[in-house]
Amino acid sequence: MNEQLETYFAVTQLHARYASVVDAIDWDAWCELFVDDCVYRIQPRENYERGFPLATLSFTSKGMLKDRAYGIRETLFHDPYYQRHVIGAPLILSSTEDRITCESSYAVFRTKLSELSTVFNVGRYIDEIVRTDEGLKFKSRQCVYDSEMIPNSIIYPI
Amino acid sequence: MQSAESVAPERRQSSAPLTWFEDGTSRIPFRVYTEPESHQRELERFFYKNHWCYVGLEAEIPNVGDFKRTAIGERSVVMSRAEDGSVQVFENVCAHRGMQFCRERHGNRKDFVCPYHQWSYSLKGDLQGVPFIRGVKQDGKVNGGMPPDFKKEEHGLTKLRVATRGGVVFATFDHAMESFEDFVGEAVLHYFDRMFNGRTLKILGYNRQRIPGNWKLMQENIKDPYHPGLLHTWFVTFGLWRADNKSELKMDRHFRHASMISTRGNAQTANEVSKVSSFKQTMQLHDARFLDIVPEAWWNGPTAVMTTLFPSVILQQQVNSVSTRHIQPRGNGEFDFVWTHFGYDDDTPEMTERRLRQSNLFGPAGFVSADDGEVIELSQKGFEQKPEHRALAELGGRDVGDTDHMVTETLIRGMYAYWRKVMDE
Repeated sequence: MNEQLETYFAVTQLHARYASVVDAIDWDAWCELFVDDCVYRIQPRENYERGFPLATLSFTSKGMLKDRAYGIRETLFHDPYYQRHVIGAPLILSSTEDRITCESSYAVFRTKLSELSTVFNVGRYIDEIVRTDEGLKFKSRQCVYDSEMIPNSIIYPI
Repeated sequence: MQSAESVAPERRQSSAPLTWFEDGTSRIPFRVYTEPESHQRELERFFYKNHWCYVGLEAEIPNVGDFKRTAIGERSVVMSRAEDGSVQVFENVCAHRGMQFCRERHGNRKDFVCPYHQWSYSLKGDLQGVPFIRGVKQDGKVNGGMPPDFKKEEHGLTKLRVATRGGVVFATFDHAMESFEDFVGEAVLHYFDRMFNGRTLKILGYNRQRIPGNWKLMQENIKDPYHPGLLHTWFVTFGLWRADNKSELKMDRHFRHASMISTRGNAQTANEVSKVSSFKQTMQLHDARFLDIVPEAWWNGPTAVMTTLFPSVILQQQVNSVSTRHIQPRGNGEFDFVWTHFGYDDDTPEMTERRLRQSNLFGPAGFVSADDGEVIELSQKGFEQKPEHRALAELGGRDVGDTDHMVTETLIRGMYAYWRKVMDE
């Protein structure tokens, strides 16, 4: 039981850390929550359930995450906004010495300057997490979103 | 070509801010984006009459009974595959009490049944079953039933005329209109056929975004070769689209459809077109696979061809990424934009991977096109706050015509020349 609790605690801390750095607009820290050979995808639930491979964003290395971080900072024009993540309790699906699989619900709220806060994107994280010398890191994070319509665009990571 | 010099915008009466300038379209009144009444007329004249509108790809409904719910303008329609293999399109409004009976967005059916009173329709939209049509027997007498002269064949769903070409499905409520080929015209049909050359398409998936701006702004965005090399850093830096690339702009004879044809070059070359803040000569990708571009035989040269078919769809080829982008208006100030990415059935697994990887550049979060939605939203905000004002589209002159370069807004002027004719303005 102790081991399970430790794992559960470590996973919730990783999720909290993720929300914290993403909502703080700290993209370098976001990249460092992943191992080098990683997957990060934002995919409509429709495509996921129908077996269509297309994702809204699909990255397959930490380098691609860094390119996104650069893109957000330097190349993508967008209306400025804050985002705020609320992540539900993780359901641990499997846990071994070196890796954990789990899933959890999330909601992301968006607040544009001088505007009310709105629900931006809701869905489920499907995670594969590995234990490293530097603590838990994402091997794979898939954000499978219910939100049928993207409110114009997605710039920041979900 | 329209005459250029006859337009003298500054002579316009300032007391008539809502009208067009005499005969040009280089200055576009903001009110074309802000008036609900004008929007209703646009729906009638562009989406519901005299135009073929996009509904989908045949590959979305490969089997008998497959269907997809979608929209033409603001009317919900269903595309289905009938028993004889034909593609059918009918309006999603029950002939009985008007209910929008089809709520699933895709699936497979033997027939369509309205849940309210269980009127049932064939895959072609013909009325098949009406419960209690002959009444209900009770105590030796027949109660109710439809009148004796009620004919099922007079109460089918509203059927649309359908045109398919190269695996793409278009439909129209207007049964009297010209053929799809005449509608598109020879020049643009050439580029349509280049992309849809008979190979079976393979659906890769969808992206859906709701953009708070007038639907015409998306047509204009893809008729505007001025912005990509300025707004989109990736385009200018990696040479995918820049003002000094070899390019052509071609329109149909009504100026409503257009193809922007461009060939990649000058990646990370510094010259006068790169003296823009978005150019980053030293920018290096951490993962170059985003731009793992492999030329394909069907391109016949150009690395990007963006085709606007007025009013409903954009056909995208940007290097190895191909998609349709469906415009579905929702009032004058908003539209849904549905991307269907696809490949071809003879693609290798590597080519499919490549198309998917390059799709990171496009769509609602794309490295390139996420900001198109953003600028459209903010343009609409500008129009709403100053509806008596006008936009300028004078790059490359005030006339309309095909060009062999992209330093021009001629396609936007062309679209509004057509718009004015159809809207009687």
